[in-house]
Amino acid sequence: MANITLLKAVNEGLRGAMQNDPSVLCFGEDVGPKGGVFLATENLTSEFGEGRCFDTPLSEDGIIGTAIGMAMNGLRPVAEIQFQDFIFPAFDQIVSEAAKMRYRSGGQYTVPMVIRTPYGGGIRGGLYHSQSGEAYFCHTPGLKVVIPSTPYDAKGLLIAAIQDPDPVLFMEPKALYRSVKGEVPDENYTVDLSTLRSVKEGDDVTVFCYGAMVPVVEKAAALAQEKGISTNIVDLRTLLPLDEEGVLEHAKRTGRVVIVHEAPRFCGYGSEVSALIAENVIEYMEAPIKRVTGFDTPFPNTLEHHYLPDERRVLDAIEQTAAY
Amino acid sequence: MSPTPTMSKSELELFQILNHEGELVDSLPKLSKKELKHLLVSMLRVRCTDGRMLNLQRAGRVGFVGTSTGQEAAMIGSAAALKKQDWLWSGLREGGAAVMRGLPLSEYVAQMYCNANDTAKGRQMCNHFQHKGSNYPSWSSVIGTQIPHGVGAAFAAKQRGMDEVHAIYFGDGASSSNGFHSGMNFAAVWKAPCVFVLVNNGWAISVPARDQTRAATFGAKAKAYGMPAVEVDGNDALACYEATRLACERARKGEGPGLVVLNTYRMAGHSSSDDPTKYRTEEEVQPWLDRDPIARLETFLIGKGQLKKGEVKTIIDELNTEIDAVIHEQEAADPMSWRTLVEDVYSEVPAHLRHQYNEFLRIEESYGEARPGDGAFPL
Repeated sequence: MANITLLKAVNEGLRGAMQNDPSVLCFGEDVGPKGGVFLATENLTSEFGEGRCFDTPLSEDGIIGTAIGMAMNGLRPVAEIQFQDFIFPAFDQIVSEAAKMRYRSGGQYTVPMVIRTPYGGGIRGGLYHSQSGEAYFCHTPGLKVVIPSTPYDAKGLLIAAIQDPDPVLFMEPKALYRSVKGEVPDENYTVDLSTLRSVKEGDDVTVFCYGAMVPVVEKAAALAQEKGISTNIVDLRTLLPLDEEGVLEHAKRTGRVVIVHEAPRFCGYGSEVSALIAENVIEYMEAPIKRVTGFDTPFPNTLEHHYLPDERRVLDAIEQTAAY
Repeated sequence: MSPTPTMSKSELELFQILNHEGELVDSLPKLSKKELKHLLVSMLRVRCTDGRMLNLQRAGRVGFVGTSTGQEAAMIGSAAALKKQDWLWSGLREGGAAVMRGLPLSEYVAQMYCNANDTAKGRQMCNHFQHKGSNYPSWSSVIGTQIPHGVGAAFAAKQRGMDEVHAIYFGDGASSSNGFHSGMNFAAVWKAPCVFVLVNNGWAISVPARDQTRAATFGAKAKAYGMPAVEVDGNDALACYEATRLACERARKGEGPGLVVLNTYRMAGHSSSDDPTKYRTEEEVQPWLDRDPIARLETFLIGKGQLKKGEVKTIIDELNTEIDAVIHEQEAADPMSWRTLVEDVYSEVPAHLRHQYNEFLRIEESYGEARPGDGAFPL
């Protein structure tokens, strides 16, 4: 057990998976000797050799397209897209090919592949180093979409994703790479790919969130506590397939729900969570379901701290929902 | 107008073993008498199958057919150069090559009918074949996406120490796609054991090949990626065979990928849904009637004394009998089970899909339309 950052946990997860299975390999832009622009693949080339962790030409379409072929022919590729904002040249390969291969071939061909990509704001990266595109991918049957928020989950979910027989988009909250630390076992372990995590139990308002919004919600909950409101925090962490039963249980528990994500609101992931609750357990609801999200705009630069939901906006939503 | 709607390349520059008259103009590849005949029969099977499928489409029995008429030498000649363990990454018109390599005709026809015998479980529209047994992966209708797949799979073969070459087929239109660029580039950088087989049939639906690029030839593109290319007379089965064989041999030896351009002509429309008279003239098509790839090989084999005059007619009759029997059998097959609606999206059917299916089933059952086997998923 070691107290490490989320970034280190990703690195440990990759190392563990590569030690465990010689068919696992990591590649992408600057992933090799440099170890990735965030150093998530640091030292993997020196430890496993250039055949297992290497740089590719600069083409996201090529990275994902070839990863699919590798997965169809016996390897377990872990492809990195340097920033999630750069993933769209590969959108076709992900959505039309990786996600549909098992289905369209009647199960004859499968794509056990992981796409790792840092997502989200908070690093002054402007429009193209900050986006949260999870909703585009959650609309794609055949994909799994995972976002960890703790070092423990980052390692366990990543190893589970690499072992999974289906393609997994593993989105890493870059704002948390070095800002959160936690206890992580040295050995390999997995975290289930369709179970939410209860972050903090509470009785008045349930807040559903994931990724970099989890610490923001925790701060808001501490402020709410000072005002006598008990917040129940849920980290959804596996967005697709979603732990629907778990969501409904937590929603029923407080009858008051707030959903927080940094992506734009319209057709965002929160819409789905809200609709799920409304369709199934609306009779338990004692207040309108509220969302706190990024604006429906491109991602800003200098004003990103106002674009991203912060503890003030989350607290306001918790208070309004509690008081309704 | 040049008879090839491609570009200005003179036909004299194309690699040929048999000229238009079926005369040997280069060394004969090492093919036994039996293998030569097998090439001819395989090409004839493609033409006969296409003919029968087109009839079925016109009769409303199958939805869509993309024939390979005129391209039989390109497809069969090149694919005959692959070894059993090699993979063939296809485009729309390589189904006949899959049959030659082991796809049972019954599965081919089942795919056209999208019935319960279709290994893809009726999920793909007609003319989208696959055959795991002969390493012929499922193809999507999105043009060029299979190109990097083949490269990645070739990389995997090298990584795993497998003696496999990955032959990646696509058309002139696909040479403009993202997948062509990234695939060619990655393959060259990785020295992946693959061969790019560009079947230039002159047309991407209604867009002529000459409007796809300002490169002098399709083969010229290979130079920029640092790999060799060969321009082949795609209506000469033996040249298609030999050019592909040489490229495969090179890839197999670890010398890297190559591009094989098979210049041929799409005699029919893009598909059964297309009317080519809207965008091309009879004058353009006419010269190609005289370059029929099957007639060329037939003439050669007759001249060599390996085939009797009129024997092709007998072969065609036998093939049609065989195909008709398969059609008859597949007509009777069941449609797909409803449960396939939600199966194979993931390795296991997740809870939300079980709920969605069961909800659908409840409604259908209330109309008395569910069949045995369509039962609900346990929740």
